[in-house]
Amino acid sequence: MTFLLRRLAFYLVTAWAAITLNFFIPRMLPGNPVQSLITRYQGQLSTDATKALYALFGLDEDTSLWQQYLDYWGRLFSGDLGLSFTYFPTPVAEVIEQSLPWTLILVGLSTMVSFTLGTLAGAYLGWRRGRWTDALLPIGSFFSAIPYFWLGLIAIAVLAVAWPLFPSSGGWDGAFVPSWDADFIWSAVYHGALPAITIVISSIAGWMLGMRNMTVTVAAEDYVTVAHAKGLKERTVMFAYAARNAVLPNVSGFALSLGFIVGGTLVTEIVFSYPGIGYILYQGVSAKDYPLMQGVFLIITLSVLAANMLADLAYALLDPRTRQEG
Amino acid sequence: MATTTPTALVTPRRGFRLVLRNRKAAAGLIILGVFALVAALGELIAPYDPDALSPALLEGPSGAHWLGTTNTGQDILSQLIAGTRGVLLVGLLAGAIATVLSIVVGVTAGFVGGAGDEALSLLANVFLVIPALPLIIIVASLLPSAGGTTVALVIGLTGWAWGSRILRAQTLSLRRRDFVQAARANGESLWRIVFFEILPNLTAIIASGFIGTVIFAVLSQITLAFIGVTSVSDWNWGTILFWAQSNQALAQGAWWWFVPAGLCIALLGTALTLVNFGIDEFVNPRLRTGGNRPVKGIRPRVGFTPVRRKETS
Amino acid sequence: MNQPVLEISGLSVDYGYHDDAVHALRDVSLSLGRGEVLGLAGESGCGKSTLAYAATRLLPPPGLITGGEVLFHSRTGETLDLLRLPDDELRAARWDEIAIVFQGAMNSLNPVRRVGRQLTDVMAAHRPGVPMSVHKGRARELLGLVGIPADRMPAYPHQLSGGQRQRVMIAMALALDPQVVIMDEPTTALDVVTQRQIVERLIALRAELGFSVVFITHDVSLLIEMADRIAVMYAGRIVEDAPAAEIYAEPRHPYTRGLLGSFPPLRGPRRALSGIPGAPPDLASLPPGCAFAPRCPHAFARCEGERPELSGGRRLSACFLPADGPVAAVQGVAPVE
Ligand SMILES: Nc1ncnc2c1ncn2[C@@H]1O[C@H](COP(=O)(O)OP(=O)(O)O)[C@@H](O)[C@H]1O
Ligand SMILES: [Mg+2]
Repeated sequence: MTFLLRRLAFYLVTAWAAITLNFFIPRMLPGNPVQSLITRYQGQLSTDATKALYALFGLDEDTSLWQQYLDYWGRLFSGDLGLSFTYFPTPVAEVIEQSLPWTLILVGLSTMVSFTLGTLAGAYLGWRRGRWTDALLPIGSFFSAIPYFWLGLIAIAVLAVAWPLFPSSGGWDGAFVPSWDADFIWSAVYHGALPAITIVISSIAGWMLGMRNMTVTVAAEDYVTVAHAKGLKERTVMFAYAARNAVLPNVSGFALSLGFIVGGTLVTEIVFSYPGIGYILYQGVSAKDYPLMQGVFLIITLSVLAANMLADLAYALLDPRTRQEG
Repeated sequence: MATTTPTALVTPRRGFRLVLRNRKAAAGLIILGVFALVAALGELIAPYDPDALSPALLEGPSGAHWLGTTNTGQDILSQLIAGTRGVLLVGLLAGAIATVLSIVVGVTAGFVGGAGDEALSLLANVFLVIPALPLIIIVASLLPSAGGTTVALVIGLTGWAWGSRILRAQTLSLRRRDFVQAARANGESLWRIVFFEILPNLTAIIASGFIGTVIFAVLSQITLAFIGVTSVSDWNWGTILFWAQSNQALAQGAWWWFVPAGLCIALLGTALTLVNFGIDEFVNPRLRTGGNRPVKGIRPRVGFTPVRRKETS
Repeated sequence: MNQPVLEISGLSVDYGYHDDAVHALRDVSLSLGRGEVLGLAGESGCGKSTLAYAATRLLPPPGLITGGEVLFHSRTGETLDLLRLPDDELRAARWDEIAIVFQGAMNSLNPVRRVGRQLTDVMAAHRPGVPMSVHKGRARELLGLVGIPADRMPAYPHQLSGGQRQRVMIAMALALDPQVVIMDEPTTALDVVTQRQIVERLIALRAELGFSVVFITHDVSLLIEMADRIAVMYAGRIVEDAPAAEIYAEPRHPYTRGLLGSFPPLRGPRRALSGIPGAPPDLASLPPGCAFAPRCPHAFARCEGERPELSGGRRLSACFLPADGPVAAVQGVAPVE
């Protein structure tokens, strides 16, 4: 229990740090960004929006920094992330609400698939090390070095343009309206397939290599030798003794590298114009839509924290040493 | 990972030679050497000025343009060569910044212990969990002009946490070793212990962390350039992909425009990873495969030791 | 003793597959009588564990068995050539016939599997027809045998003390009623009191169950007390092999003498501790002559150029010094009154 409580405290601190960072980033910018924005969006910004911008960048001379910070928290708790310029006058919260599920499903599913397959493959390779399968290591490191977005480009060039099996962009067929009917879901799955395959292929090698090295390391542990000496079946030794222990660092590594993976997958969305949070971030960045960028960053960070907590929970279930009993 | 045990008391120079003897690491270093050479020579070997327009619009590879041209007739090979220097410089600079930070934070945390350790580890873990790429994208896009140095700075300042975590774990284990205890008992100064007893034994891990950060930095800066957050007039491989993407190279089937840059990224990343394999195998002897070349007829197997029989029986 | 249960002959083991390999065992021959306790002694690094692992092909890479034979004679008179058995037959013979208590029980238990489960999985693997409830009953009984309450069955290894884990490993070794139990330094990591308890428990169990034991340790005084016969290893070879009482009374090899001088005996008259000066040789490149010659106080010209063979009938030793020669009497191990 103490393990989970400690982790919970850690996530609270991290969430606080991320939110505070989010507050300070626009304030550390040189010059007067609001003025240039107002010039840029000539006439489109209402006085309310201009005022919100001054508050966002901390250029509001009348309020102290501390008061600004408190106001910021107050707005956060009421779910107010400001108004988006790009989708003016839609609130940022609403824009995010529409795109978040797409990302959660796409990135969540493909990361789970990639982690599972990569871990299984890595356990197998580690177990059989010293044979021809070791040749997969340099190939694997080549694949893990390919940027996600470039693999996406290649996938589009081959499987959408040269050989049009899949659609090259979008999250669903324009003929449908988002709803829960079978046609729409099928269309969404069809559009999500290529981005998902891209994510799986570019991230699987990383899991595979990590698990392979852990399996090799664990295979030399005394308890694995004991398992062999006990004459247990090869399968039992491999799964219940070696892989079962080797997967532990892989799970904690999973939690720690989520932030990294999510970065890569967001760019995949950009390449596929997939209607998720990454694409929204891209729109925000291209249009210098600060409220949108800030909101997206906050949501991404909180989602990664939530995923991390799930991974920790899984770890606690897998490793009895984290559970304090008897 | 944190479970590795360092081969203590191996001098860095001997370690370097051991890593070199590893075939994977040697292959990686050769590829890196080629990239470094291209980066150093740059304009000298580039057939054209990467910005020069020409009447050869969107042409495939030919004798005149080995890797074809863009839609404005620029030579892609020259852009690739010009981009190599930027990619390597930013990668190395960011890697250096992050490595210094990770050493300062990690070794201090591991050495002082107690509350200081708790605080520094918390800092590192927070940085680790906050998704770095979106943060870098936002910071880079907020800055008025994000050139190479700025990008390197931002990446370096956000990418140190992983290395510091590993260094902290190793410092902790080193601190308990006999030779460090002995130095402390002899009343050697803290700085002497850190610089002469601890750091030399962390060389392999520092090197591996540095390489990891360089990989991360290369990927990040290319991604930034690709989505157009950073200055699109500095050539780097991401810039080439940015122009290819914004000019519909995909839809026009102009594969020569975006394939070579991606391959270069993957090749550079692979080379760096291979060097890291070598370091890993040096740090964690269990990963070595008996000098890396099993002999014909012997299958090293966990749990069933191979038996070599003389041909007599 | 009577007919041997385990016969090792000419066993050689390398670590590494090339010229730079470490020759950890060279031409080792040893036999274990039925019901016998054979002690295997030697400085750390001389190849004792390697011998224990090699007998059932458990050496980790880059281990390589380069020659020799390991024969196991079962109660029914059947003979198994362990180094030539196909994988599945070797797997069946492991633990059922030869069980091993490994050096360092701290890491011998799978940290994420319950202790009870680790006891029953080996029974289920070798006796597939028997219902699980029987295995569980047997596991409880085994824990009782080594003095651990049966309610520790659902515990995870980290919840047990070092001594308890060591006992669990001993219980596990007895699970299938094996004929040979190899114990590799089963007590080194433990405090003296626990060490004593475990050794006594072991001797009692052996008398009760009648298995043979290979007891490996670098502590000869312990062996003198509990072993029937002692084999002394140096640099990957057996240098002396004789009944325990005779080794104690009259060690023939200078190395054995040195070993006896390194430890205080547990009982009996105290002796001056002399120890052995110098360090063990590099196993990758050994001198042509006797490996102990550089550290030997009695070495002479012949020792440097020629290697003494293990010989001498019932009392084997590998030394050129005359068996009852003057040296033994001069330097000897005369008790200090
Ligand atoms: N995995 C290994 N790789 C290389 N050399 C090894 C390995 N394991 C043991 N050795 C070497 O083999 C020799 C015998 O080791 P070991 O059998 O463990 O000795 P002991 O059990 O008597 O202390 C030692 O010199 C050791 O250095
Ligand atoms: Mg040993």
